[in-house]
Amino acid sequence: MIPRAAPSAGLGLKPEHYAEALAAPADGLWLEVHPENYMVPGGPRLAWLEAIRARHPLSLHGVALSLAADAEPDAAHLAQLAALVRRFEPALVSEHLAWSSWRGAYFPDLLPFPRTAEALWRVEANVSRAQEALGRRIAIENPSHYLPLEGHAWEEIDFLAELARRTGCGLLLDVNNAFVSARNLGASADAYVDAFPGEFVMEVHLAGHAPDAGSTLLVDSHDAPVAPEVWALYERLVARIGPRPTLIERDGNLPPWPELLAERVRAQAVLRAPLQSSLPRAA
Amino acid sequence: MRQSLAAFQDGFAQALLAPQVEMPAAFAVYRNTVMKGCSDALQANYPAVARLVGAEWFRAAGALFVRAHPPGAPMLALYGEGFEDFLAAFAPAAELPYLPAVARLDRFWSEAHVARDEAALEPAALAGMDFARLAALRLRPHAAARWAWFELPAYSIWSRQRAEESEPGEIDWRGEGALLTRPDGAVRWTPLSRGACILLDACARGEPLGAAAEAALRADSATDLAQLMKHLLIAGAFAHSLEEPQ
Repeated sequence: MIPRAAPSAGLGLKPEHYAEALAAPADGLWLEVHPENYMVPGGPRLAWLEAIRARHPLSLHGVALSLAADAEPDAAHLAQLAALVRRFEPALVSEHLAWSSWRGAYFPDLLPFPRTAEALWRVEANVSRAQEALGRRIAIENPSHYLPLEGHAWEEIDFLAELARRTGCGLLLDVNNAFVSARNLGASADAYVDAFPGEFVMEVHLAGHAPDAGSTLLVDSHDAPVAPEVWALYERLVARIGPRPTLIERDGNLPPWPELLAERVRAQAVLRAPLQSSLPRAA
Repeated sequence: MRQSLAAFQDGFAQALLAPQVEMPAAFAVYRNTVMKGCSDALQANYPAVARLVGAEWFRAAGALFVRAHPPGAPMLALYGEGFEDFLAAFAPAAELPYLPAVARLDRFWSEAHVARDEAALEPAALAGMDFARLAALRLRPHAAARWAWFELPAYSIWSRQRAEESEPGEIDWRGEGALLTRPDGAVRWTPLSRGACILLDACARGEPLGAAAEAALRADSATDLAQLMKHLLIAGAFAHSLEEPQ
Protein backbone atom coordinates (compact mmCIF):
# COMPACT_ATOMS: atom_id res chain seq x y z
CA MET A 1 0.00 0.00 0.00
CA ILE A 2 1.28 3.43 -0.88
CA PRO A 3 1.15 5.69 2.16
CA ARG A 4 -0.39 9.12 1.69
CA ALA A 5 2.24 11.79 1.40
CA ALA A 6 3.05 13.15 4.84
CA PRO A 7 2.02 16.79 5.31
CA SER A 8 5.01 19.02 4.74
CA ALA A 9 5.99 22.63 5.28
CA GLY A 10 5.79 25.29 2.59
CA LEU A 11 6.94 28.84 2.12
CA GLY A 12 5.23 32.04 1.10
CA LEU A 13 6.59 33.02 -2.31
CA LYS A 14 7.59 36.56 -3.29
CA PRO A 15 8.99 37.69 -6.67
CA GLU A 16 12.39 38.33 -5.04
CA HIS A 17 12.73 34.57 -4.53
CA TYR A 18 11.37 33.25 -7.85
CA ALA A 19 14.73 31.93 -9.08
CA GLU A 20 15.63 30.27 -5.78
CA ALA A 21 12.19 28.71 -5.41
CA LEU A 22 12.39 27.33 -8.93
CA ALA A 23 15.81 25.81 -8.27
CA ALA A 24 14.96 24.45 -4.80
CA PRO A 25 14.91 20.65 -4.35
CA ALA A 26 11.33 19.39 -4.52
CA ASP A 27 11.50 17.59 -1.17
CA GLY A 28 7.87 18.25 -0.34
CA LEU A 29 8.41 21.98 -0.65
CA TRP A 30 5.21 23.78 -1.60
CA LEU A 31 4.74 27.46 -2.20
CA GLU A 32 1.92 29.82 -1.39
CA VAL A 33 1.01 33.03 -3.20
CA HIS A 34 -1.73 35.62 -2.99
CA PRO A 35 -3.81 35.00 -6.14
CA GLU A 36 -4.61 38.75 -6.36
CA ASN A 37 -0.99 39.35 -7.43
CA TYR A 38 -1.51 37.02 -10.40
CA MET A 39 -4.89 38.33 -11.60
CA VAL A 40 -3.19 40.03 -14.52
CA PRO A 41 -3.61 39.45 -18.27
CA GLY A 42 -0.06 38.14 -18.82
CA GLY A 43 3.60 38.86 -18.37
CA PRO A 44 6.57 37.54 -16.43
CA ARG A 45 4.79 37.05 -13.09
CA LEU A 46 2.48 34.43 -14.55
CA ALA A 47 5.35 32.88 -16.50
CA TRP A 48 7.39 32.49 -13.30
CA LEU A 49 4.45 30.95 -11.47
CA GLU A 50 3.91 28.48 -14.33
CA ALA A 51 7.55 27.42 -14.19
CA ILE A 52 7.52 27.07 -10.40
CA ARG A 53 4.23 25.18 -10.47
CA ALA A 54 5.74 22.68 -12.88
CA ARG A 55 8.19 21.78 -10.12
CA HIS A 56 6.44 22.38 -6.78
CA PRO A 57 2.87 22.16 -5.45
CA LEU A 58 1.15 25.50 -5.07
CA SER A 59 -1.30 27.01 -2.61
CA LEU A 60 -3.50 30.02 -3.43
CA HIS A 61 -4.16 32.10 -0.34
CA GLY A 62 -6.69 34.79 -1.17
CA VAL A 63 -6.80 38.05 0.74
CA ALA A 64 -9.56 39.91 -1.07
CA LEU A 65 -12.67 37.78 -1.61
CA SER A 66 -14.21 39.71 1.31
CA LEU A 67 -16.33 36.77 2.46
CA ALA A 68 -17.57 38.54 5.59
CA ALA A 69 -18.81 41.64 3.78
CA ASP A 70 -22.60 41.91 3.71
CA ALA A 71 -22.54 41.43 -0.04
CA GLU A 72 -21.99 38.61 -2.51
CA PRO A 73 -18.36 38.04 -3.52
CA ASP A 74 -17.45 40.19 -6.52
CA ALA A 75 -18.34 38.08 -9.56
CA ALA A 76 -15.36 39.24 -11.63
CA HIS A 77 -12.95 38.59 -8.76
CA LEU A 78 -14.37 35.11 -8.20
CA ALA A 79 -14.17 34.37 -11.94
CA GLN A 80 -10.51 35.41 -12.00
CA LEU A 81 -9.79 33.26 -8.96
CA ALA A 82 -11.55 30.32 -10.62
CA ALA A 83 -9.43 30.85 -13.75
CA LEU A 84 -6.23 30.74 -11.67
CA VAL A 85 -7.44 27.58 -9.91
CA ARG A 86 -8.07 25.92 -13.28
CA ARG A 87 -4.73 27.03 -14.66
CA PHE A 88 -2.48 26.24 -11.68
CA GLU A 89 -4.40 23.35 -10.05
CA PRO A 90 -3.26 24.33 -6.54
CA ALA A 91 -3.08 21.74 -3.76
CA LEU A 92 -4.80 24.18 -1.40
CA VAL A 93 -7.05 27.23 -1.75
CA SER A 94 -7.77 29.41 1.26
CA GLU A 95 -9.36 32.70 2.30
CA HIS A 96 -10.10 34.66 5.47
CA LEU A 97 -12.92 35.14 7.94
CA ALA A 98 -12.84 38.85 7.23
CA TRP A 99 -13.95 41.55 4.84
CA SER A 100 -11.88 43.93 2.73
CA SER A 101 -14.16 45.27 -0.03
CA TRP A 102 -17.16 47.43 0.65
CA ARG A 103 -19.34 49.44 -1.74
CA GLY A 104 -16.73 49.58 -4.47
CA ALA A 105 -13.68 50.39 -2.33
CA TYR A 106 -10.95 47.89 -1.56
CA PHE A 107 -9.13 48.13 1.77
CA PRO A 108 -5.87 46.10 1.81
CA ASP A 109 -6.52 44.64 5.25
CA LEU A 110 -8.54 41.84 6.85
CA LEU A 111 -11.29 43.64 8.73
CA PRO A 112 -13.36 42.37 11.69
CA PHE A 113 -17.11 42.17 12.19
CA PRO A 114 -19.55 41.21 14.96
CA ARG A 115 -20.11 37.45 14.81
CA THR A 116 -23.91 37.47 14.77
CA ALA A 117 -26.44 35.01 13.36
CA GLU A 118 -26.84 37.41 10.41
CA ALA A 119 -23.07 37.40 9.79
CA LEU A 120 -22.91 33.60 9.96
CA TRP A 121 -25.71 33.35 7.42
CA ARG A 122 -23.90 35.79 5.11
CA VAL A 123 -20.47 34.15 5.42
CA GLU A 124 -22.04 30.71 4.96
CA ALA A 125 -23.72 31.87 1.73
CA ASN A 126 -20.50 33.48 0.48
CA VAL A 127 -18.28 30.49 1.27
CA SER A 128 -20.78 28.17 -0.45
CA ARG A 129 -20.85 30.44 -3.50
CA ALA A 130 -17.04 30.52 -3.63
CA GLN A 131 -16.72 26.74 -3.29
CA GLU A 132 -19.29 26.28 -6.04
CA ALA A 133 -17.51 28.70 -8.38
CA LEU A 134 -14.11 27.12 -7.69
CA GLY A 135 -15.44 23.58 -7.76
CA ARG A 136 -13.54 22.66 -4.60
CA ARG A 137 -13.30 22.89 -0.84
CA ILE A 138 -11.53 25.95 0.53
CA ALA A 139 -10.02 26.62 3.95
CA ILE A 140 -11.04 29.68 5.98
CA GLU A 141 -8.47 31.39 8.23
CA ASN A 142 -8.95 32.84 11.70
CA PRO A 143 -8.09 36.56 11.59
CA SER A 144 -5.94 38.70 13.89
CA HIS A 145 -7.81 41.00 16.27
CA TYR A 146 -6.91 44.39 17.64
CA LEU A 147 -10.21 45.88 18.70
CA PRO A 148 -12.79 44.41 21.09
CA LEU A 149 -16.07 44.59 19.16
CA GLU A 150 -19.51 44.71 20.71
CA GLY A 151 -22.32 42.45 19.64
CA HIS A 152 -20.64 39.06 19.16
CA ALA A 153 -23.20 36.27 19.52
CA TRP A 154 -20.65 33.56 18.70
CA GLU A 155 -17.18 32.73 19.98
CA GLU A 156 -14.83 32.72 17.00
CA ILE A 157 -14.00 29.02 17.21
CA ASP A 158 -17.67 28.05 17.42
CA PHE A 159 -18.43 30.35 14.48
CA LEU A 160 -15.69 28.75 12.38
CA ALA A 161 -16.71 25.20 13.33
CA GLU A 162 -20.36 25.92 12.51
CA LEU A 163 -19.29 27.48 9.21
CA ALA A 164 -17.30 24.34 8.38
CA ARG A 165 -20.23 22.09 9.27
CA ARG A 166 -22.73 24.10 7.23
CA THR A 167 -20.59 24.63 4.10
CA GLY A 168 -18.20 21.69 4.16
CA CYS A 169 -15.29 24.13 4.05
CA GLY A 170 -12.05 23.46 5.89
CA LEU A 171 -10.21 25.75 8.25
CA LEU A 172 -6.79 27.32 8.19
CA LEU A 173 -5.42 27.87 11.68
CA ASP A 174 -2.98 30.77 11.76
CA VAL A 175 -1.15 30.16 15.03
CA ASN A 176 0.43 33.62 14.97
CA ASN A 177 -3.00 35.22 14.57
CA ALA A 178 -4.22 33.19 17.52
CA PHE A 179 -1.28 34.44 19.59
CA VAL A 180 -1.61 38.08 18.49
CA SER A 181 -5.39 38.12 19.01
CA ALA A 182 -5.17 36.52 22.45
CA ARG A 183 -2.53 39.01 23.53
CA ASN A 184 -4.45 42.00 22.15
CA LEU A 185 -7.85 40.98 23.53
CA GLY A 186 -6.61 39.58 26.83
CA ALA A 187 -7.45 35.93 26.18
CA SER A 188 -5.45 32.69 26.31
CA ALA A 189 -3.74 31.59 23.10
CA ASP A 190 -3.20 28.11 24.60
CA ALA A 191 -6.93 27.77 25.21
CA TYR A 192 -7.72 28.96 21.66
CA VAL A 193 -5.31 26.55 19.99
CA ASP A 194 -6.44 23.69 22.27
CA ALA A 195 -10.10 24.29 21.40
CA PHE A 196 -9.62 24.71 17.64
CA PRO A 197 -11.50 21.86 15.88
CA GLY A 198 -8.66 19.76 14.49
CA GLU A 199 -10.91 17.69 12.22
CA PHE A 200 -11.43 20.72 9.94
CA VAL A 201 -7.83 21.99 9.80
CA MET A 202 -6.49 21.75 6.22
CA GLU A 203 -3.54 24.07 6.72
CA VAL A 204 -1.57 25.87 9.43
CA HIS A 205 0.12 29.26 9.12
CA LEU A 206 3.15 30.43 11.08
CA ALA A 207 4.35 34.03 10.85
CA GLY A 208 6.08 36.79 12.74
CA HIS A 209 4.53 39.77 14.49
CA ALA A 210 5.73 43.13 15.76
CA PRO A 211 4.81 45.60 18.49
CA ASP A 212 2.63 48.47 17.25
CA ALA A 213 4.46 51.79 17.14
CA GLY A 214 1.65 53.75 18.73
CA SER A 215 0.21 51.37 21.35
CA THR A 216 0.80 48.23 23.40
CA LEU A 217 -0.83 46.06 20.72
CA LEU A 218 0.92 43.36 18.73
CA VAL A 219 0.51 43.62 14.97
CA ASP A 220 0.32 40.58 12.70
CA SER A 221 3.00 42.15 10.51
CA HIS A 222 4.51 39.10 8.72
CA ASP A 223 7.82 40.98 8.69
CA ALA A 224 9.82 38.99 11.22
CA PRO A 225 10.80 35.38 11.97
CA VAL A 226 8.23 33.18 13.74
CA ALA A 227 8.35 34.04 17.47
CA PRO A 228 9.34 31.43 20.10
CA GLU A 229 5.87 31.58 21.70
CA VAL A 230 4.29 30.81 18.33
CA TRP A 231 6.61 27.84 17.78
CA ALA A 232 5.57 26.53 21.21
CA LEU A 233 1.88 26.89 20.33
CA TYR A 234 2.52 25.13 17.01
CA GLU A 235 4.22 22.18 18.71
CA ARG A 236 1.30 21.96 21.11
CA LEU A 237 -1.15 21.96 18.18
CA VAL A 238 0.65 19.30 16.14
CA ALA A 239 1.01 17.08 19.21
CA ARG A 240 -2.80 17.25 19.62
CA ILE A 241 -4.15 17.09 16.05
CA GLY A 242 -1.24 15.56 14.11
CA PRO A 243 0.71 17.00 11.19
CA ARG A 244 -0.97 19.36 8.70
CA PRO A 245 0.48 21.30 5.75
CA THR A 246 2.24 24.24 7.40
CA LEU A 247 3.25 27.52 5.86
CA ILE A 248 5.99 29.92 6.91
CA GLU A 249 4.35 33.21 5.92
CA ARG A 250 6.57 36.19 5.28
CA ASP A 251 5.42 39.32 3.44
CA GLY A 252 7.65 42.16 4.60
CA ASN A 253 11.31 42.77 5.54
CA LEU A 254 12.04 39.81 3.31
CA PRO A 255 15.12 37.82 4.40
CA PRO A 256 17.42 35.85 2.09
CA TRP A 257 15.85 32.58 0.90
CA PRO A 258 18.10 30.36 3.09
CA GLU A 259 16.69 32.03 6.23
CA LEU A 260 13.18 31.07 5.17
CA LEU A 261 14.38 27.55 4.37
CA ALA A 262 15.81 27.31 7.90
CA GLU A 263 12.42 28.17 9.40
CA ARG A 264 10.88 25.58 7.12
CA VAL A 265 13.33 22.94 8.38
CA ARG A 266 12.19 23.69 11.92
CA ALA A 267 8.53 23.27 10.95
CA GLN A 268 9.35 20.02 9.15
CA ALA A 269 10.96 18.71 12.35
CA VAL A 270 7.78 19.47 14.31
CA LEU A 271 5.64 17.80 11.62
CA ARG A 272 7.71 14.63 11.72
CA ALA A 273 7.83 14.38 15.51
CA PRO A 274 4.43 12.73 16.16
CA LEU A 275 4.91 10.33 13.24
CA GLN A 276 8.26 9.22 14.56
CA SER A 277 6.85 8.60 18.04
CA SER A 278 4.22 6.25 16.60
CA LEU A 279 6.72 4.18 14.61
CA PRO A 280 8.21 1.03 16.14
CA ARG A 281 11.72 1.66 17.40
CA ALA A 282 14.57 0.28 15.33
CA ALA A 283 16.43 -2.52 17.04
CA MET B 1 -31.46 47.18 18.48
CA ARG B 2 -28.41 45.34 17.20
CA GLN B 3 -26.62 47.05 14.32
CA SER B 4 -26.93 45.20 11.01
CA LEU B 5 -23.77 43.86 9.35
CA ALA B 6 -24.13 46.38 6.51
CA ALA B 7 -24.53 49.30 8.93
CA PHE B 8 -21.45 48.14 10.85
CA GLN B 9 -19.44 47.96 7.62
CA ASP B 10 -20.66 51.38 6.47
CA GLY B 11 -19.39 52.99 9.66
CA PHE B 12 -16.14 51.05 9.78
CA ALA B 13 -15.27 51.65 6.11
CA GLN B 14 -16.06 55.34 6.31
CA ALA B 15 -13.78 55.80 9.34
CA LEU B 16 -10.84 53.89 7.80
CA LEU B 17 -9.70 56.71 5.51
CA ALA B 18 -11.15 59.58 7.56
CA PRO B 19 -8.80 60.25 10.49
CA GLN B 20 -11.12 62.96 11.83
CA VAL B 21 -13.80 60.37 12.69
CA GLU B 22 -13.37 59.51 16.37
CA MET B 23 -12.81 55.79 16.97
CA PRO B 24 -11.34 53.64 19.78
CA ALA B 25 -7.53 53.82 20.02
CA ALA B 26 -7.02 50.30 18.65
CA PHE B 27 -8.83 51.28 15.45
CA ALA B 28 -5.60 53.05 14.48
CA VAL B 29 -4.06 49.65 13.64
CA TYR B 30 -6.64 49.18 10.87
CA ARG B 31 -6.19 52.72 9.62
CA ASN B 32 -2.41 52.30 9.58
CA THR B 33 -2.56 48.92 7.84
CA VAL B 34 -4.93 50.15 5.14
CA MET B 35 -2.89 53.31 4.54
CA LYS B 36 0.38 51.36 4.52
CA GLY B 37 -1.01 48.78 2.09
CA CYS B 38 -2.19 51.48 -0.33
CA SER B 39 0.94 53.64 0.05
CA ASP B 40 3.29 50.67 -0.36
CA ALA B 41 1.47 49.72 -3.57
CA LEU B 42 1.60 53.29 -4.86
CA GLN B 43 5.31 53.59 -4.09
CA ALA B 44 6.02 50.21 -5.69
CA ASN B 45 4.15 51.31 -8.82
CA TYR B 46 5.78 54.77 -9.03
CA PRO B 47 9.43 54.13 -8.10
CA ALA B 48 10.93 56.88 -10.28
CA VAL B 49 8.55 59.49 -8.86
CA ALA B 50 9.40 58.28 -5.34
CA ARG B 51 13.15 58.54 -5.96
CA LEU B 52 12.84 62.01 -7.44
CA VAL B 53 10.87 63.48 -4.55
CA GLY B 54 12.20 61.33 -1.69
CA ALA B 55 10.29 58.84 0.46
CA GLU B 56 8.96 61.38 2.96
CA TRP B 57 7.47 63.71 0.34
CA PHE B 58 6.10 60.73 -1.58
CA ARG B 59 4.36 59.23 1.47
CA ALA B 60 2.81 62.59 2.40
CA ALA B 61 1.53 63.24 -1.14
CA GLY B 62 0.59 59.57 -1.49
CA ALA B 63 -1.60 59.69 1.63
CA LEU B 64 -3.61 62.54 0.10
CA PHE B 65 -3.98 60.58 -3.14
CA VAL B 66 -4.99 57.39 -1.28
CA ARG B 67 -7.70 59.23 0.71
CA ALA B 68 -9.10 60.77 -2.48
CA HIS B 69 -8.70 57.65 -4.65
CA PRO B 70 -8.74 54.43 -2.57
CA PRO B 71 -8.22 51.26 -4.62
CA GLY B 72 -11.35 50.10 -6.39
CA ALA B 73 -10.05 46.55 -6.84
CA PRO B 74 -7.62 44.26 -5.03
CA MET B 75 -5.24 43.95 -8.00
CA LEU B 76 -2.81 46.53 -6.62
CA ALA B 77 -0.28 45.92 -9.42
CA LEU B 78 -2.11 48.66 -11.32
CA TYR B 79 -3.14 50.84 -8.37
CA GLY B 80 -2.54 54.56 -8.95
CA GLU B 81 -4.62 55.29 -12.02
CA GLY B 82 -5.03 59.07 -11.94
CA PHE B 83 -1.81 59.69 -9.99
CA GLU B 84 -0.37 61.58 -12.98
CA ASP B 85 -3.35 63.97 -13.01
CA PHE B 86 -3.20 64.27 -9.23
CA LEU B 87 0.45 65.35 -9.41
CA ALA B 88 -0.28 67.77 -12.26
CA ALA B 89 -2.85 69.53 -10.07
CA PHE B 90 -0.85 69.24 -6.82
CA ALA B 91 0.45 72.71 -5.88
CA PRO B 92 3.52 71.51 -3.89
CA ALA B 93 4.69 69.67 -7.07
CA ALA B 94 4.51 72.80 -9.25
CA GLU B 95 8.30 73.27 -9.09
CA LEU B 96 8.77 69.84 -10.69
CA PRO B 97 6.91 70.25 -14.00
CA TYR B 98 8.22 66.90 -15.26
CA LEU B 99 6.75 64.90 -12.34
CA PRO B 100 3.41 64.02 -14.04
CA ALA B 101 5.28 62.78 -17.13
CA VAL B 102 7.58 60.65 -14.98
CA ALA B 103 4.46 59.25 -13.27
CA ARG B 104 3.03 58.35 -16.69
CA LEU B 105 6.23 56.50 -17.61
CA ASP B 106 6.14 54.60 -14.29
CA ARG B 107 2.56 53.64 -15.08
CA PHE B 108 3.55 52.61 -18.62
CA TRP B 109 6.07 50.22 -17.03
CA SER B 110 3.37 48.64 -14.81
CA GLU B 111 0.95 48.30 -17.72
CA ALA B 112 3.62 46.81 -19.99
CA HIS B 113 4.66 44.39 -17.24
CA VAL B 114 1.19 42.80 -16.85
CA ALA B 115 -0.13 43.15 -20.42
CA ARG B 116 -1.34 40.01 -22.11
CA ASP B 117 1.22 37.77 -23.78
CA GLU B 118 1.49 37.83 -27.55
CA ALA B 119 4.22 37.32 -30.09
CA ALA B 120 5.90 40.41 -31.47
CA LEU B 121 6.35 41.01 -35.18
CA GLU B 122 9.86 39.88 -36.08
CA PRO B 123 12.19 42.41 -37.73
CA ALA B 124 12.54 40.10 -40.74
CA ALA B 125 8.77 39.86 -41.30
CA LEU B 126 8.65 42.91 -43.56
CA ALA B 127 11.83 42.12 -45.47
CA GLY B 128 11.39 41.90 -49.22
CA MET B 129 7.93 43.49 -49.31
CA ASP B 130 7.49 46.05 -52.06
CA PHE B 131 6.43 49.60 -51.29
CA ALA B 132 2.76 49.22 -52.23
CA ARG B 133 2.35 46.16 -50.04
CA LEU B 134 4.10 47.81 -47.09
CA ALA B 135 1.99 50.95 -47.41
CA ALA B 136 -1.24 48.94 -47.31
CA LEU B 137 -0.25 46.92 -44.19
CA ARG B 138 -2.04 47.58 -40.94
CA LEU B 139 0.38 46.96 -38.07
CA ARG B 140 -1.16 46.72 -34.62
CA PRO B 141 0.99 47.89 -31.69
CA HIS B 142 1.94 45.03 -29.35
CA ALA B 143 -0.31 44.57 -26.28
CA ALA B 144 2.60 45.55 -24.03
CA ALA B 145 3.77 48.55 -26.07
CA ARG B 146 3.33 51.99 -24.46
CA TRP B 147 4.64 55.20 -25.97
CA ALA B 148 4.28 58.95 -25.63
CA TRP B 149 5.87 62.19 -26.71
CA PHE B 150 6.68 64.73 -23.99
CA GLU B 151 7.52 68.39 -24.48
CA LEU B 152 10.24 68.10 -21.82
CA PRO B 153 13.05 65.56 -21.23
CA ALA B 154 10.83 63.18 -19.25
CA TYR B 155 12.42 60.08 -20.72
CA SER B 156 15.95 61.04 -19.67
CA ILE B 157 14.81 61.98 -16.17
CA TRP B 158 12.73 58.81 -15.79
CA SER B 159 15.24 56.35 -17.22
CA ARG B 160 18.02 57.67 -14.96
CA GLN B 161 15.82 57.04 -11.92
CA ARG B 162 14.82 53.61 -13.22
CA ALA B 163 18.46 52.65 -13.75
CA GLU B 164 19.01 53.50 -10.07
CA GLU B 165 22.30 55.15 -10.95
CA SER B 166 22.34 58.78 -11.80
CA GLU B 167 24.40 59.12 -14.91
CA PRO B 168 26.77 62.06 -14.91
CA GLY B 169 26.10 65.00 -17.11
CA GLU B 170 23.44 67.63 -17.61
CA ILE B 171 20.09 66.79 -19.11
CA ASP B 172 19.51 68.48 -22.46
CA TRP B 173 16.23 70.37 -21.91
CA ARG B 174 14.17 69.43 -24.94
CA GLY B 175 11.17 67.33 -25.87
CA GLU B 176 11.55 63.54 -25.85
CA GLY B 177 9.52 60.48 -26.73
CA ALA B 178 9.58 57.12 -24.99
CA LEU B 179 8.67 53.57 -25.97
CA LEU B 180 8.25 50.72 -23.48
CA THR B 181 7.93 47.16 -24.74
CA ARG B 182 8.20 43.63 -23.38
CA PRO B 183 9.96 41.77 -26.19
CA ASP B 184 11.31 38.75 -24.29
CA GLY B 185 9.51 38.61 -20.96
CA ALA B 186 11.09 41.73 -19.47
CA VAL B 187 10.01 45.36 -19.83
CA ARG B 188 12.49 47.41 -21.88
CA TRP B 189 12.54 51.06 -22.89
CA THR B 190 14.06 53.22 -25.56
CA PRO B 191 13.86 56.89 -26.54
CA LEU B 192 11.57 57.59 -29.45
CA SER B 193 11.44 60.36 -32.03
CA ARG B 194 8.37 62.53 -32.45
CA GLY B 195 7.79 60.99 -35.87
CA ALA B 196 7.86 57.46 -34.42
CA CYS B 197 5.33 58.43 -31.72
CA ILE B 198 3.02 59.79 -34.40
CA LEU B 199 3.44 56.69 -36.55
CA LEU B 200 2.56 54.43 -33.61
CA ASP B 201 -0.46 56.61 -32.76
CA ALA B 202 -1.69 56.20 -36.34
CA CYS B 203 -1.11 52.42 -36.31
CA ALA B 204 -3.04 52.20 -33.01
CA ARG B 205 -5.95 53.98 -34.70
CA GLY B 206 -5.91 51.27 -37.37
CA GLU B 207 -4.47 53.35 -40.19
CA PRO B 208 -2.41 51.58 -42.86
CA LEU B 209 1.35 51.92 -42.61
CA GLY B 210 1.52 54.28 -45.61
CA ALA B 211 -0.81 56.81 -44.02
CA ALA B 212 0.95 56.42 -40.67
CA ALA B 213 4.31 57.12 -42.33
CA GLU B 214 2.92 60.21 -44.07
CA ALA B 215 1.69 61.53 -40.72
CA ALA B 216 5.17 60.97 -39.26
CA LEU B 217 6.78 62.82 -42.15
CA ARG B 218 4.35 65.73 -41.81
CA ALA B 219 5.36 66.09 -38.14
CA ASP B 220 9.07 65.87 -38.91
CA SER B 221 10.18 65.96 -42.52
CA ALA B 222 13.65 64.73 -41.50
CA THR B 223 12.22 61.38 -40.33
CA ASP B 224 14.23 58.42 -41.68
CA LEU B 225 11.39 55.94 -42.16
CA ALA B 226 13.57 52.90 -42.77
CA GLN B 227 15.60 53.57 -39.64
CA LEU B 228 12.46 54.31 -37.64
CA MET B 229 10.76 51.03 -38.67
CA LYS B 230 13.92 49.07 -37.89
CA HIS B 231 14.04 50.64 -34.43
CA LEU B 232 10.37 49.85 -33.73
CA LEU B 233 10.62 46.26 -35.00
CA ILE B 234 13.75 45.50 -32.98
CA ALA B 235 12.05 46.92 -29.89
CA GLY B 236 9.06 44.59 -30.44
CA ALA B 237 6.58 47.43 -30.84
CA PHE B 238 4.17 45.56 -33.13
CA ALA B 239 2.02 42.47 -32.66
CA HIS B 240 2.74 39.45 -34.82
CA SER B 241 -0.58 39.65 -36.66
CA LEU B 242 -0.17 41.16 -40.11
CA GLU B 243 -3.38 42.49 -41.55
CA GLU B 244 -3.16 42.82 -45.28
CA PRO B 245 -5.97 44.03 -47.50
CA GLN B 246 -7.28 41.37 -49.90
